Amino acid sequence: MATEILMPALSPTMEEGTLAKWLVKEGDTVSSGDIMAEIETDKATMEFEAVDEGIVGKILIEEGTEGVKVNTPIAVLIEEGESADDIKTSSAPAPAALNDSEGKAAAPDTGSTPDTPPTQPQVDTSPDWPEGTAMKQQTVREALRDGMAEEMRKDDTVFLMGEEVAEYQGAYKISQGMLDEFGDKRVIDTPITEHGFAGIGVGAAFGGLRPIVEFMTFNFAMQAIDHIINSAAKTLYMSGGQMGAPMVFRGPNGAAARVGAQHSQDYAAWYMQIPGLKVAMPYAASDYKGLMKTAIRDPNPVIFLENEILYGRTFDVPDLEDYTVPFGKARIWREGDDVTIVSFGIGMQYALEAAEKLAEDGINAEVIDLRTLRPMDTGAILKSVMKTNRCVTVEEGWPQGSVGNYISSVIMQEAFDYLDAPVINCTGKDVPMPYAANLEKHALLTTQEVIDAVKQVTYR
Amino acid sequence: MAARKAAKKPNVSAEELKTFYRDMLLIRRFEEKAGQLYGMGLIGGFCHLYIGQEAVVVGLEAAAKEGDKRITSYRDHGHMLACGMDPKGVMAELTGREGGYSKGKGGSMHMFSKEKHFYGGHGIVAAQVPLGAGLAFSDMYKGNDNVTFTYFGDGAANQGQVYESYNMAELWMLPVVFVIENNQYAMGTSTKRSTKSPSYWERGAAYGIPGEEVDGMDVLAVKEAGQKAVEHCRAGKGPYILEIKTYRYRGHSMSDPAKYRTREEVQKMRDERDPIEAVRSMLLTGKHASEDDLKAIDKEIKEIVNASAEFAKESPEPAPEELWTDIYADEVPQEETA
Repeated sequence: MATEILMPALSPTMEEGTLAKWLVKEGDTVSSGDIMAEIETDKATMEFEAVDEGIVGKILIEEGTEGVKVNTPIAVLIEEGESADDIKTSSAPAPAALNDSEGKAAAPDTGSTPDTPPTQPQVDTSPDWPEGTAMKQQTVREALRDGMAEEMRKDDTVFLMGEEVAEYQGAYKISQGMLDEFGDKRVIDTPITEHGFAGIGVGAAFGGLRPIVEFMTFNFAMQAIDHIINSAAKTLYMSGGQMGAPMVFRGPNGAAARVGAQHSQDYAAWYMQIPGLKVAMPYAASDYKGLMKTAIRDPNPVIFLENEILYGRTFDVPDLEDYTVPFGKARIWREGDDVTIVSFGIGMQYALEAAEKLAEDGINAEVIDLRTLRPMDTGAILKSVMKTNRCVTVEEGWPQGSVGNYISSVIMQEAFDYLDAPVINCTGKDVPMPYAANLEKHALLTTQEVIDAVKQVTYR
Repeated sequence: MAARKAAKKPNVSAEELKTFYRDMLLIRRFEEKAGQLYGMGLIGGFCHLYIGQEAVVVGLEAAAKEGDKRITSYRDHGHMLACGMDPKGVMAELTGREGGYSKGKGGSMHMFSKEKHFYGGHGIVAAQVPLGAGLAFSDMYKGNDNVTFTYFGDGAANQGQVYESYNMAELWMLPVVFVIENNQYAMGTSTKRSTKSPSYWERGAAYGIPGEEVDGMDVLAVKEAGQKAVEHCRAGKGPYILEIKTYRYRGHSMSDPAKYRTREEVQKMRDERDPIEAVRSMLLTGKHASEDDLKAIDKEIKEIVNASAEFAKESPEPAPEELWTDIYADEVPQEETA
């Protein structure tokens, strides 16, 4: 049977090309792999090989022809006994890939269009634990360890790996006592090799385990970021839902004290951008514990951003056998009518201090702790802004492409008519973290800056 | 060397030889068809063909047992066919259709099959190496005797994460076979121009990992080496390295003009070392099969490949709603409340 040979696409972007040279002539016998022609693409001159066996019955496009569209018949291959004269060639190029789904895919989370009035957002305001629950005092460090240990007791596929997590009891003593309880099969010291052990962690998650990968700090996770994003976050999508990486990447994030530029970066905005990841960045010990338990149970890769300065801070933690805090649910620390202050992680320290001082001046701020950045409880922000008509965001990260920038855009789109002042983003300064004590203070966010921003949006 | 011994006196049944012939031919014909569909614009983006390297995966699959895992780079079509994935589903993924293994969302470089324990299909050079060690870690943790075949090329063999993985694999005695498919070219850079020490497998010695070089154009030699490696892993002795010398006949990807090597070099490999021709002649000279027997296999393969191409053309493009699925395992919308 005669086969048409079509002008091939020889690069991802090629639509047409030049048939530079024929290396066969009519009547030649060719077999799979023989070069038939040289074709110039938009990138290079390529040799074009025969795929089928046969005799070159007819050459349809002369060499030297420019602008030959992909899929135009350029020659006809016949079998022995056939005549080239019998061949009817199709004149039009064969259709390329189907294109029957040009309709725009609708996002499931379509917001209101500019013409429709903003609707009151649905917000979950239920308490995280029953009213009247007894509380105990615990540090963030203890709460984190308890959260991990409780989940490890319940599920033996959960294990902890990282640098110094076992015998050293954790570089920041988060995993204190865990080696003794769970043994070296489940609390595993790794060599200093972030890229490698993050990849091994993701592979173990593909294989059905639930790894907790500790980075001594998230600064070092930059060595592993390919596995976090390309291997962990994207695999569920790329596999059509067949497999993913149910795991937690955790460790301290952001500035500690006097450790300089390479040890002081806040990665909240980086990870928050990635579909496929969930991102938690808690402030209080109760949330560290409740969110860690949720993170371990979550079937997706979770980035858990902790803070070294908060590790030793003591908070009230519910004295319950088992409680969790859901992702995507903000916590209102303080109710107020005059302004909304939105923060997360250590930023909450500035937000709460500022709110207290502002109250002395008669400004009642509502303070929202996002707790998780992806999913983000934008409903809680909007609901509050619709009441206060003013918003200030607070974070330690850099200003350009910040979490606050995203929050501002959501408020602009969803509650523009409610705003009485532009949203202000309080952030760390746009500089690498300096070492000198005085300079470091200047680089970091201050409570006074939050107070000033609130006064600006309230026109005081 | 194992390769020569096997060539002299093949310890293989006629049935097994025929299976090797069939499995390698399926990969070859499938890839030729994929090249054709690419030329027609039905397959887009990057498409890396496995033609010439067929004996590597077919030989190693002969050493695998149920439950063993495999993971590789973006030159992955051969690995998927060799582990029993459906050619229709693979081809339909290449054309980006609903019937593909990843519903059209992964493409040539990103394909997976949980059922066949095929863990991708990874587009970042060498990323699959620690991932493969991690899969092996999961089997060791669970306490079974499965192994993971972790394939990577001579190009990937210069990435740092390979050596991070070697160190931890030997430190923790992970049951992983590191398979270096040395086809002598990392895209357009020959190993001579990229690599100071000529033997990649010898680098394992620095970590205490045994290994060997294998003739990758001889499927029997590959199987024999694979059995040895797998035995080592299953016995709890840790990882093993196989550097399999192979050759790809086609360009790095479909858009490779291949100016870095001569046509004669490629033709010489095809003429003298083709792995499929070698088995074919073994079958015929040993009178294990007649020309007609082989023709019947050729015909069967052609039909399978044509059916896969038909399926890949006819399967619809994924529904527009698929854009928004499989981002999270519990399908939490990206912004629950906005």
